[in-house]
Amino acid sequence: MSIDQEVEILRRIPIFAKIDPAKLKLMAFASERVTYKPGQALFRQGERGEAAFIVLEGTADVLIEASDGPLRVASLSENEIIGEIAILCDIPRTATVQAATELVTLRITADLFFRMIMDFPEMGVEVMRVLAHRLEQTTAQLRQVQAAR
Amino acid sequence: MEPNIFKYVWRHSRSEQVAILLIVLASLPFYYLSLNLPKQIVNEGIQGQGFDQPGATQPFFAFDLPFGEAVFGHAVRLFDGIDLTQPDMLLALSFSFLGLVLVNGIFKLVINTRKGRLGERLLRRLRFELSDRILRFPLPHLRRVKPSEMATMIKDEVEPLGGFIGDAFATPLFLGGQAATAMLFIMVQSFWLGLVAAAVVLLQSYLIPRLRRRILELGRERQLTARQLAGRIGEIIDGGVEVQAHDATNYERADLAARLGRIFHIRFEIYQRKFFVKFVNNLLAQLTPFMFYAGGGLLAISGRLDIGALVAVIAAYKDLPSPIKELIDWDQQRLDVQIKYEQVIDQFQLPQLIDPARQSVDNDPGPPLAGDIVASALTLLDENDQPLVRSVNFTAGVTDHLAVVGQSGSGMEQLTYMLAGLVAPSSGALRIGGRDVERLPSAVTGRRIAYVGANAYHFVGSLRDNLLYGLKHRPLRPPASEQALSPAALAEARRAGNPEFDIHADWVDYAAAGATGADDITEHLIEMLAVVELKDDVYRFGLTGTIDPSRRPEAAEGILRARAALMDRLDDGGHEDLVVHFEADSYNHNASIAENLLFGTPRVPSFASGALARNATVATVLREEGLLEDFVQMGVTIAKTMVEIFADLPPGHPFFEQFSFIGDDDLPEFRAIVARVDKAGTAALDPAARQLLLGLPFSYVEARHRLGLVDDAMAQRLVAARHRLSERLERESPNAVAFYRADAYNAAASLQDNILFGRLAFGQAGAEQVIGDALAEVLDDLRLRETVIEVGLDFNVGIGGSRLNAVQRQKLALARALLKRPDLLVANEAISVLDGAGQNRLVERILDRRRGQGVIWTLQRPEMAALFDSILVMRDGRLVEQGSYDELTGRDSAFKGLVAAE
Repeated sequence: MSIDQEVEILRRIPIFAKIDPAKLKLMAFASERVTYKPGQALFRQGERGEAAFIVLEGTADVLIEASDGPLRVASLSENEIIGEIAILCDIPRTATVQAATELVTLRITADLFFRMIMDFPEMGVEVMRVLAHRLEQTTAQLRQVQAAR
Repeated sequence: MEPNIFKYVWRHSRSEQVAILLIVLASLPFYYLSLNLPKQIVNEGIQGQGFDQPGATQPFFAFDLPFGEAVFGHAVRLFDGIDLTQPDMLLALSFSFLGLVLVNGIFKLVINTRKGRLGERLLRRLRFELSDRILRFPLPHLRRVKPSEMATMIKDEVEPLGGFIGDAFATPLFLGGQAATAMLFIMVQSFWLGLVAAAVVLLQSYLIPRLRRRILELGRERQLTARQLAGRIGEIIDGGVEVQAHDATNYERADLAARLGRIFHIRFEIYQRKFFVKFVNNLLAQLTPFMFYAGGGLLAISGRLDIGALVAVIAAYKDLPSPIKELIDWDQQRLDVQIKYEQVIDQFQLPQLIDPARQSVDNDPGPPLAGDIVASALTLLDENDQPLVRSVNFTAGVTDHLAVVGQSGSGMEQLTYMLAGLVAPSSGALRIGGRDVERLPSAVTGRRIAYVGANAYHFVGSLRDNLLYGLKHRPLRPPASEQALSPAALAEARRAGNPEFDIHADWVDYAAAGATGADDITEHLIEMLAVVELKDDVYRFGLTGTIDPSRRPEAAEGILRARAALMDRLDDGGHEDLVVHFEADSYNHNASIAENLLFGTPRVPSFASGALARNATVATVLREEGLLEDFVQMGVTIAKTMVEIFADLPPGHPFFEQFSFIGDDDLPEFRAIVARVDKAGTAALDPAARQLLLGLPFSYVEARHRLGLVDDAMAQRLVAARHRLSERLERESPNAVAFYRADAYNAAASLQDNILFGRLAFGQAGAEQVIGDALAEVLDDLRLRETVIEVGLDFNVGIGGSRLNAVQRQKLALARALLKRPDLLVANEAISVLDGAGQNRLVERILDRRRGQGVIWTLQRPEMAALFDSILVMRDGRLVEQGSYDELTGRDSAFKGLVAAE
């Protein structure tokens, strides 16, 4: 897979959808492509977050440590971003993510991510927009839940 | 040291000086003969004086007894000579002339060689004596001197002395004789004119030295300011971090400029005065002929002096000024070197130099230390007589484990210096087994006792050298005969008053470390590394180190076995994709294009990865393979991508450094090139632009940069170019590159690269960890770990150990001290930069190993004192408490206060 294909995938992710392709290319170029074997962990719950991952190929399981062992709560596949909350908020990982199949990811370090936002404020605005959108959705969901009580 | 350089020179070179003097005297008759001969050749040989008719002969080399007429009243002929005709006479005289020239030349050669050797020998002696004194400086003084000033003195300031020493006695005698002869001749011709000449000479020799007095003073200042400049430069380098961290470079520039300005003014004033003196000197020298012409002329006109005598006087005077002038110059030089000499030795004259007997190479460490360490009223004052340690009294067994605690400035550091015999007490006494520590020879303090400070120094060289440094007290076994100093070299050393120890001898006292010789010392070194927890670090150094397979074939073989074993192990674990091996016939996508072309480790800089784009051989190969145009095209793709993605970044952005193929300075140029290519294609580019583009692809790594430049077809062509390059290199420069061969050890590559024999695949999660573990297991299986550590012992620690981190430096110093198995280990915050747990582990392990052997340790963290038999608590230079941990914590004590303050 060449860098141009990676840029295509990045553009399908909402945070990056409206960002200039040249910037995405820079991000892809400056990022490492990391391959995981099935069962290998990208990161574990409680660790400090140092990078976000974009799935290029394969699927990953999201596991939460429960009293009776790890519990699979979600599954992520191509064109999805993993672990961006931990780097944005600087909080420990809220779940463990491991490869379910052979998994190819683009590893975007926190340092690179923040530098990109610093250098290209329009990207920061885009991130804000997506996050605000998510917050609005969550709030709406909360309202529905409360209304249903 | 002798304060007068003449006495110093005379004492150490008397016989040689006399020999030179005798040779000079012996050379004089020949010199005068050669002066006389040309006249004889012209008169007799050419003009035929005495050959009245053709065929007439004259005796050649007739020889009368000197002064025969005066003694016997008639000439006494010793040799009648050989009768020769005129042409034969001419030839005989001419050959005599040639012979005399040769003899004179040889005399000159011998004299100059002897003078030079004498000078160099004395310089060597002087330099050694000065350096020797540095080795005998007591520590407090050593701390106060500037290393670069000391170095300048020994290296530069005494240098002119070497040139002068050979001339010290011979020159004044020789020149003085010449001048006296000329003077005498003038006196004989005309007493009054002689008197005039003598008066001018006297005036000259009175006036000139007076004029030069200020120059000498300036010379002294010049020497001091230059020395201080050297000291300042040393300081700027030592304090480099502070200078740059505080943005003080301009302050330093101002300081340097001020010093250089001062030196300029001193030097310029010296010049001015020097040339003024020259002017006066010349004037005085010409004053005499003036008087001869004017006064002598008048005398001649009035008939009171005959013209012949006047001409003879003037001719004789010709020989007078130059020896006089040279004598004055010599005198100047004498004063100059005398000042230099005084200025230098002044810095090396200390009343409290360490007695050489204490450091003698013949001293014996004697029996193991036994009995008690007793301090009574032990006091140490600093240079301002302020007390650092005040009247300390304690008694402890030599084999006790003693902790010393206190705050910094409590005097505990100074206490350890005195215990190790490094600093002598100002008053009171410190005795071990009833003997004063300050009087113990260094053979005892340096072998029976080991001292380790917090900032231990490491010497440039390998870890092994640094570990063994503590065992090199005297030459124990003579060196291999081809390395040994020759008897001539030893004799020369003796003549220059240098010691006759051979640096190439084996100095290592293996027995002191418990080893039997060079073969099993390494085991002990590795054991010590394990004790101080440095073994893993050295293992890592070893992996990045290289070996010479011809000298260690078994190690190289082992590494090759490890290469095969690692491949198997990775295959078995399903990790074969983590390392992409070097294969002669396939392209390695995890290596750069440069590395793929070279397919080996460069042995010369011109074939290093970064230099390959400018390498002529590589360019030829690319042209032959028709790859030049492809490289330009690849360059265009790279340049386009770089221009596109780095376009909006400000110059100096860290991304350029980290990721770009193109520096921020060059980006505008490439932008222009890309624009030109877009408009008119690569054909429109000038050679310089093509060269720039051509250079870009060399550092391109397909797996990492992912621009899709090396497809299968390109990979094949690059492999073909690789083969062509290797053929050409084997033909033209077989030693430029060590090629990768699956079945051979690569001497230019590190052990790790030899074992891996490939590149770690990019983007395989956790690859480094997996490979590192597999590597360690393989090496353990094959029992190669020790081999790797041995290679690690050859790791060069850098200047002052700069290639080690602070923790490694402290551990290495401790290992060095432990290696010599001292009776008493004095550690002064020796592992203070380790973390708490590490300090605890190390102290516990060392105390455990040293049951029955003494340890005195000053601790930064007082609670660690629990591990020791007994504790000394210091405050303000006083010993305030002594007792076991239980005793001191069982009641209200200063020790509890210290622990609580932690």
